Amino acid sequence: MAADTRADGFVVFDHVQKSYDGETLVVKDLNLGIGKGEFLTMLGPSGSGKTTCLMMLAGFETATNGEITLDGRPINQVPPHKRGIGMVFQNYALFPHMTVGENLAFPLEVRGMAKSDREAKVKRALDMVQMYAFINRRPAQLSGGQQQRIALARALVFDPALVLMDEPLGALDKQLREHMQFEIKHLHDSLGITVVYVTHDQGEALTMSDRIAVFNDGRIQQLAPPSDLYERPENAFVAGFIGENNKLHGKIEEISDGRALVRLPTGELIDATPVNVHRKGQSTLVSIRPERVEFKPELLPPGAHAIDAEVLEFIYMGDLFRTRLRVAGSDDFVIKSRNTQGQRMLQPGEKIRIGWAPADARALDPVN
Amino acid sequence: MKKLLALTTALTAVAFTAQADVTVMSWGGAYGEAQTNAHLIPFTAKTGIKTVMVDSDNPATPIKAMVEANNVTIDVASLEYADAIRLCDEGLLEPIDPAILPAGADGTPATDDFLPGAITDCAVSTDIWSNIFAYDSSKLTGTVPTTAADFFDLEKFPGKRGMRKGAKAVLEFALMADGVAPADVYATLDTPEGLDRAFAKLDTIKSDVVWWEAGAQPPQLLADGEVVMTTAYNGRIFNAAIGEGKPFTIVWDGQLYENEMYAIPKGAPNKDQALEFIAYATSTEGLQAQAQQISYGPARKSANATEIIFKDGKTVMGPNLPTAPENLANALETSSDFWVDNDSELNERFNAWLTAN
Amino acid sequence: MADMTADHMPQAAAKLTTADGRPLKAALARAQSSARRRAFLLVLPLLAFVLLTFILPIGQMLHRSVHNNGFSANMPLMTQWFADNPIGTQPDEAAFAALATDIKAAAVARTIGIVGTRVNYELSGTRSLFTATGRKADDLAPPYQAALVAADEQWADPVLWATMRQVARAYSPNFFLAAVDLARDTDGSIIRAPEDRRVYVMLFIRTFVLAALITVCCLILGFPIAHLLATLPLRWSNLLMILVLLPFWTSLLVRTTSWIVLLQGQGVVNNTLVATGILTDDTRIQMIYNQAGTIIAMTHILLPFMILPLYSVMRPIPPSYVRAARSLGATSWTAFRRIYLPQTLPGIGAGALLVFILGVGYYITPALVGGASGQLISNLIAFHMQDSLNWSLAAALAAVLLACVLLLYWLYDRLIGIDNLKLG
Repeated sequence: MAADTRADGFVVFDHVQKSYDGETLVVKDLNLGIGKGEFLTMLGPSGSGKTTCLMMLAGFETATNGEITLDGRPINQVPPHKRGIGMVFQNYALFPHMTVGENLAFPLEVRGMAKSDREAKVKRALDMVQMYAFINRRPAQLSGGQQQRIALARALVFDPALVLMDEPLGALDKQLREHMQFEIKHLHDSLGITVVYVTHDQGEALTMSDRIAVFNDGRIQQLAPPSDLYERPENAFVAGFIGENNKLHGKIEEISDGRALVRLPTGELIDATPVNVHRKGQSTLVSIRPERVEFKPELLPPGAHAIDAEVLEFIYMGDLFRTRLRVAGSDDFVIKSRNTQGQRMLQPGEKIRIGWAPADARALDPVN
Repeated sequence: MKKLLALTTALTAVAFTAQADVTVMSWGGAYGEAQTNAHLIPFTAKTGIKTVMVDSDNPATPIKAMVEANNVTIDVASLEYADAIRLCDEGLLEPIDPAILPAGADGTPATDDFLPGAITDCAVSTDIWSNIFAYDSSKLTGTVPTTAADFFDLEKFPGKRGMRKGAKAVLEFALMADGVAPADVYATLDTPEGLDRAFAKLDTIKSDVVWWEAGAQPPQLLADGEVVMTTAYNGRIFNAAIGEGKPFTIVWDGQLYENEMYAIPKGAPNKDQALEFIAYATSTEGLQAQAQQISYGPARKSANATEIIFKDGKTVMGPNLPTAPENLANALETSSDFWVDNDSELNERFNAWLTAN
Repeated sequence: MADMTADHMPQAAAKLTTADGRPLKAALARAQSSARRRAFLLVLPLLAFVLLTFILPIGQMLHRSVHNNGFSANMPLMTQWFADNPIGTQPDEAAFAALATDIKAAAVARTIGIVGTRVNYELSGTRSLFTATGRKADDLAPPYQAALVAADEQWADPVLWATMRQVARAYSPNFFLAAVDLARDTDGSIIRAPEDRRVYVMLFIRTFVLAALITVCCLILGFPIAHLLATLPLRWSNLLMILVLLPFWTSLLVRTTSWIVLLQGQGVVNNTLVATGILTDDTRIQMIYNQAGTIIAMTHILLPFMILPLYSVMRPIPPSYVRAARSLGATSWTAFRRIYLPQTLPGIGAGALLVFILGVGYYITPALVGGASGQLISNLIAFHMQDSLNWSLAAALAAVLLACVLLLYWLYDRLIGIDNLKLG
């Protein structure tokens, strides 16, 4: 998917702002284009404005300023029931007084569809989520995962071009959640629908999305495909929010050619790639993913700097070893190594030297 | 306040004798106040026996429940005549020996001094009161109602009427307004046609009647302008008019008078003191004292022998009493015999009539 | 899965024993019995309280509605004579002798009025016959038939004798008959009460119609308020809730009296309407001392009983249901009707049942503001309790009312289901 689909955007947020109390903005100047058929995730901590954006798109909140268009049509004044957008809610919102079949027939009924057509559509939608056997059950008689599938089927049964999902998997246990992630992704691919997905779970966002919009403080911090987001976070918030990462404070010692040398408070020098730092002497926050830290000197790239570290704790996690180190005076530096044949298990108290490829350490503006 | 007064006056006498309270249940309002001032306070002052007044919409009604539950909390009740007879017959009242009643001030023995019927097996008359009707003369100017018939004349006097909710006195009043002579009223009421005639008369004003239940209500209804005229107990109107300066006028035509009786519920906790209280309250002095408080007439000849002046010190009570000759021109004494027999049937019919739309 | 366990259960239960060989069921029962005993002891005070203050009085009331020994307890010989002689036996000298002896004894015991009152319930105008004869009882001498008829010729009336035979039985359905406007003929057959004395059936109907009307008014007024309470932020809804509950903290009499002040002919509402020229002095609206007064005042008084159950049902309904319906294409009206309303049904049911049952039993308010046309059956029950002192009839009326309410409750259970009730 192209990085910027705003030009041919199926859904476009154009300078959208939202305030509830007239004093503070919960959404500050949102500009976002979503392509047809795209799976876009809005990711961010609670209170970051992501759900508000979804609710504005669904029509349950009105934008205080700016314009939202759907398929080229401004929808600010269109009431929710005329937007034709499917929606899956956090608590599923299955109507408790109706059976599964009635729940699915509801959107078709209010559209005045004939009974026989309705039945066919309901069956197709339930088959799609392998739940046809449960057509006469009440929601309360279903497990969480089953309810989730029904909610999904109901949001899809009237063939909406756009489906919104508001933390739909939040209430499920880990295993089921991972399974449902796969199913939703599969449905998205096979139906060719556009999905806007809201979550605060970065793993979910990384697994499912074509692009992720990371929200914080009412703004999109970064909009990028998952791999870019993970490997090339553009600021300290994104780096911290997506995946685990080690942070080292320091000052730029030398900067040239997309390479930087950073001096740590302890006096040691490390390598980094400058992202939003520009000049010598600037303070910076260097972010390094735990799995990119190397402790075997022979594997370090030539010319890379190495620093001292002391092993504090070793955790056996099955497929991974997680080791906590003391580095440059801080106790929360973590490295991860794969449990491969002959992998070393570091012992607490052991003194080692660590380092990384300069491209894996990103020198970010520490202010954010 | 009243109780406080009673207590302080009692305190002087209480030093040497610790007596239980005599509890008197009466009708509240101006009437209860009159009895408190005329009977309770002087009695306490004289004997040192403490007295308490409690109010009720009709003191006859709680007696049966109290006696049956064996939990009588009152010693003296102020009862309508028919109720006193009925409760006595049902064994719910203590018999009162007329011998305990003091002779009149002029020495006439009590049994001769009291008007006929004023002493029964279980009760002694405290006054003669009357059902009259009254209007607000500041609002009804020009022609004013003078007869019972005027009460039912909506054309001449448009507006709401207040009436006591109950068959008693209402049916007799309706017949007298319809032209039945007082002497013939009960004979007429005893026939189905006569009864129909009474209800037919009531029908003519039914939709304009505001029904009241407590004696304090009619003066209030008049004062609020909710009704242009209302039936009432004459003393309540008198006290509102003379005592409080309200512009109310009483129409005596078609009045129904009867004795109010003091009686002692069976099993009263302080029966002996209660007897003492009744003997005092129905003495010439006690009856006169009450008549100075409210315009209900004493039922002893000796008490009527001298002129009684209202507590304001100037109004002569005589013409304001139900028993004044000029007020008896077209008047009727309530028949206890009739109501003892027909009370339940007529109230049932009255309720049926009242609730039917 | 369910089928499997069902198949295995009976066998398994029969065989299971504890480790030391005792049957499992017995061991379980023993283990639980002390807990049960403790639980029973804990509820014992409440049980005793309910028994003493609720079950017992209701039982007494029901008993009184069919039992009145005013005659049989005080006229033993007469009662015996009726028992010994079948219906239709002409009263002979033995009967009159029994009557005279009983009257003499009752006159001495001052119970003759009770006897007269009991007979008078069935046959009007006989109370004074008994009391008057009682006063002259000492003069009665054999032959008693002649003596009694000489005292009052009504003693020879066969209707009187038929009535005495009826009331000689302490247990009698007659009060229930009276409570539904029926009466007994002289030959004992059941007939309708004379037209001018039929009041109770009409009043029962009026009571239920008015209570239903008040329930509907409460629902119409209470539903939006409950919804507002349920959807407002807690800070505001708490404030509003205090306003809703405020009437509970004021005495019923004060509330009712304030309605009188507001609604009467010269009251605030009429005065305002006249002052603003909407009404003239002649066209003041009669809003009190009639059914309108009863409906207005009782709707106000019972409104919280509708709002509270509704609120407790609405509060946990997440807004996402209606949002889901809207996103699925329903207009706001359809979403309300198809999605929101059905979920509030348990609250509507509970509120309606509560308001209706309370409304059926109210009597102070209708007595004060209902005038003649706004009286309810409870006012007549109170009348018979307090004024006419015919407690048996009052009990019979109350029992009929209780039966009607239980019937409605049963109907509700059949139609909507009592488990579908949420009181809060």
